[in-house]
Amino acid sequence: MHEKTIAEHAAALASGEYSSVELTKHFLERIQANKDLNAFITVTEEQALAQAQAADINIKKGDQGPLCGIPIAQKDLFCTRGVLTTCGSRILENFISPYDATVIEKLGQSGMVNLGKTNMDEFAMGSSNETSYFGAVKNPWDLQRVPGGSSGGAAAAVAARLAPVATATDTGGSIRQPAALCGLTGIKPSYGRVSRYGMIAFASSLDQGGVIARNTEDAAAVLQAMTGFDPRDSTSLDLPVPDYSASLNDSLQGKVIGLPKEFFGEGIEPDVADAVQQAIADLQALGARTVEVELPNSEAGIPCYYVLAPAEASSNLSRFDGVRYGYRAEQYDDLADMYETTRAEGFGEEVQRRIMIGTYVLSSGYYDAYYIKAQKLRRMIADDFSRAFEKCDFIAGPTSPGTAFKIGDKNDDPVAMYLNDIFTNSVNLAGLPGVSVAAGMDRQGLPIGLHLVGRYLDEATILNAAHQFQQVTDWHQRVPGGYE
Amino acid sequence: MQWETVIGLEIHVQLKTRSKIFSGASTAYGAEPNTQACDVSIALPGVLPVMNKEAAKLAVKFGLAIGAKINQRSVFARKNYFYPDLPKGYQISQFEIPVVGAGSIEIDTENGVREIGITRAHLEEDAGKSLHENYDNLTAIDLNRAGTPLLEIVSEPDMRSAAEAVAYLRKIHELVRYLDISDGNMQEGSFRCDANVSVRPKGQQALGTRSEIKNINSFKFVDKAIRYEVERQIDLLEDGGEVVQETRLYDSDLDETRSMRSKEEAHDYRYFPDPDLPDMVLEDSFIEAVRQSLPELPQQRRQRFIDAFALNPQEAGQLTSDKALADYFEAVNADTNAGPRVSCNWILGELNAALNNQEISVSESPVTPARMARLLDRIADNTISGKIAKEVFTAMWQGEGDADTIIENRGLKQITDSGAIEEIIDEVLAESADQVQQYRDGNQKVIGYFVGQIMKKSAGKANPKQVNEILRSKLSN
Repeated sequence: MHEKTIAEHAAALASGEYSSVELTKHFLERIQANKDLNAFITVTEEQALAQAQAADINIKKGDQGPLCGIPIAQKDLFCTRGVLTTCGSRILENFISPYDATVIEKLGQSGMVNLGKTNMDEFAMGSSNETSYFGAVKNPWDLQRVPGGSSGGAAAAVAARLAPVATATDTGGSIRQPAALCGLTGIKPSYGRVSRYGMIAFASSLDQGGVIARNTEDAAAVLQAMTGFDPRDSTSLDLPVPDYSASLNDSLQGKVIGLPKEFFGEGIEPDVADAVQQAIADLQALGARTVEVELPNSEAGIPCYYVLAPAEASSNLSRFDGVRYGYRAEQYDDLADMYETTRAEGFGEEVQRRIMIGTYVLSSGYYDAYYIKAQKLRRMIADDFSRAFEKCDFIAGPTSPGTAFKIGDKNDDPVAMYLNDIFTNSVNLAGLPGVSVAAGMDRQGLPIGLHLVGRYLDEATILNAAHQFQQVTDWHQRVPGGYE
Repeated sequence: MQWETVIGLEIHVQLKTRSKIFSGASTAYGAEPNTQACDVSIALPGVLPVMNKEAAKLAVKFGLAIGAKINQRSVFARKNYFYPDLPKGYQISQFEIPVVGAGSIEIDTENGVREIGITRAHLEEDAGKSLHENYDNLTAIDLNRAGTPLLEIVSEPDMRSAAEAVAYLRKIHELVRYLDISDGNMQEGSFRCDANVSVRPKGQQALGTRSEIKNINSFKFVDKAIRYEVERQIDLLEDGGEVVQETRLYDSDLDETRSMRSKEEAHDYRYFPDPDLPDMVLEDSFIEAVRQSLPELPQQRRQRFIDAFALNPQEAGQLTSDKALADYFEAVNADTNAGPRVSCNWILGELNAALNNQEISVSESPVTPARMARLLDRIADNTISGKIAKEVFTAMWQGEGDADTIIENRGLKQITDSGAIEEIIDEVLAESADQVQQYRDGNQKVIGYFVGQIMKKSAGKANPKQVNEILRSKLSN
């Protein structure tokens, strides 16, 4: 049952082969049986079964959309009414959200069934899921290894077939990198496509909701249900959203793939480089041609990102002060001590590091040298992409320079950890859509991701290319051993 | 040494919108604590601000009224600091590019009209309230006010005395109420100000070191706080000391200012553009529509009162200083045959005195403009004398009904029947043989005595003009 795609589940539900309740129970059982992965922070069994029952009633009436009755796992930074919403942090260890994020609301309206809340790096700050207060998540391909992050729980859950699909978010690669490390399809749409209302903010100008799925068809269907204008988010785009599924089968004949030489330089593991080259050859075989493009400022991506994202985070995380909700220190002397102790105990090391960096770069006397300069670089990086897209329809490269690394390996070296997102970061800085698709295995049997970046607002083209790629390859159909 | 005082004011005006600046929660004053604190007001994780267009409209209204440059693109920034009544840990305000740029306003001073420069006016959200009393060593937080829209109006350091500062403050107060962008209620905190005060030797160009007195909420306290602060600074300098740049608080109980924090302790607010809010872009058509909606401004109205109603500048100024009072005057004047002169006298006289006496505003007056107009009509048509009219006014104020009812019930109608007046005069003259003799002997002054007696006998109702005429003709016979 868990091997089916969303479309196959929908057909089975419609024909009465099984009910949504049966399907939901099946996944809930798998989640129970695979608790060692630590993919979920909260499992919402009761709510899931109630939603499944409601979906079954609609299905019986023939009154259902394509996602009705399909279970989904939600990243634990989407506020979910009546459900613990922790953002992977101790500071929200007791926070039951009184409201639903727009994404939760929209998926609920489409009839999807919430299985639970997936584990993640604390406040989405991390590339390995090791910064979670609720413990590291294991990669189903190798339990010694990380699933990537920050949406590590979402990726592990989908890879281990604990959920057909999962929501995720991406500030610098948090959808695409774990999708790559777990052999999945992960799409981050253009900034503004998915409402951020109810999505706990890390870096507001970079955060964007998206999907981690087994294949592009599933990803496109769920993304469709998540997107659209939301008057509660002032950065939400008031533009029509194209029908992503409709263009999946378009031919790639004549499409131009831009290959930035900066994405194929040093620091990439040879197996990853080989797999990506082969994937590009596959796309060429489908009728696309390649052209070399330049992204001369891509080296500035990481420093630029690690000024702007912490700057915004340092301010966004100020509301976690122990006053109105969440964790509050038990012992303190006065107000200042209450703030300091609460935040010292409530936030983990990586979050504290980024708050410190962010506070520093916004400080008077440093603001121009860091924040303003980074904003200029951001503009230049975006301009580089615009120029590149004059020559091509989409850009291809590796999602991450390497495959899944061992839990604990990069913990003491933040910079090595940050380099995981060297190819994904700049896409957030430019607000562009990006997708990662499974495109090979390294010699240890670990998945490799191919990264496709589209023009602003053009998710359709990269989804089309990803889907066509999946028509001629079977990487996305591989299942980690023991989870078949 | 001769010292010159330099003052600049930052005025916080609460804008009169139904909902908060970045959420749909109500802004009504006086609700139970935290009943108007929505998800956005309490800064739940994940919530986002959405700009209230009405607040932008009111800010632009103010900008146009002071002839300021309206910035068609303005930017919201975050001002970061921790405080329990600041739920997000930052206040959304405008920093580098405010919605209203430079403008000016004229004030009347002892030395004539002066123009005060206004540097800028920007939109921002208010914080909540910390309540320290009644909670047994704990602090309670009320977030009803958090997110209420404010317009902060920053002046140039153009004022040279406490009196000028108060005149400017009053002018802005008058203006925001005229524009109907704020209720200007100072007790409720809808209108409050910070004063930047410094002194320098007369003739010196460079500004002295300033102190900032925070959160003063009455005209009287602004006057007292500045006077105290100026004296403090001069004393300090004359004793060879130095003024330090700092934030001070005015304590109205002790009538003094106290240091709150020095420049070294000043917060680093780490302003940066709020990534949750795009730049606020105002279309030409939006600004034009606001321009069309501007009411007649106090200055213009004052001139019209002088030109159209032949009032003197003081009277016109007094009437137009309060929009409601000016409206009252115009309503009465349009409704009565007594003319603007009588209307003005009665409104600035009897009505004002009664309002002041009860400390209520003109909108709360128990005597409506229509009733006032009827009363003045009865004077104009000689039904009652001006003196009796005061009695009728008092009765109206006390709720005895309209002028005609009171005149009827109390029998105050003026006696204009010359036969009846003649009868009373004859009676008085018959009773006052001595005085009649004095008059005949050439003492004109006793005429006052006769009039007094006649009015007394008629209970004040005899028409004074007729009394005079008939009396004189009888005495000269």
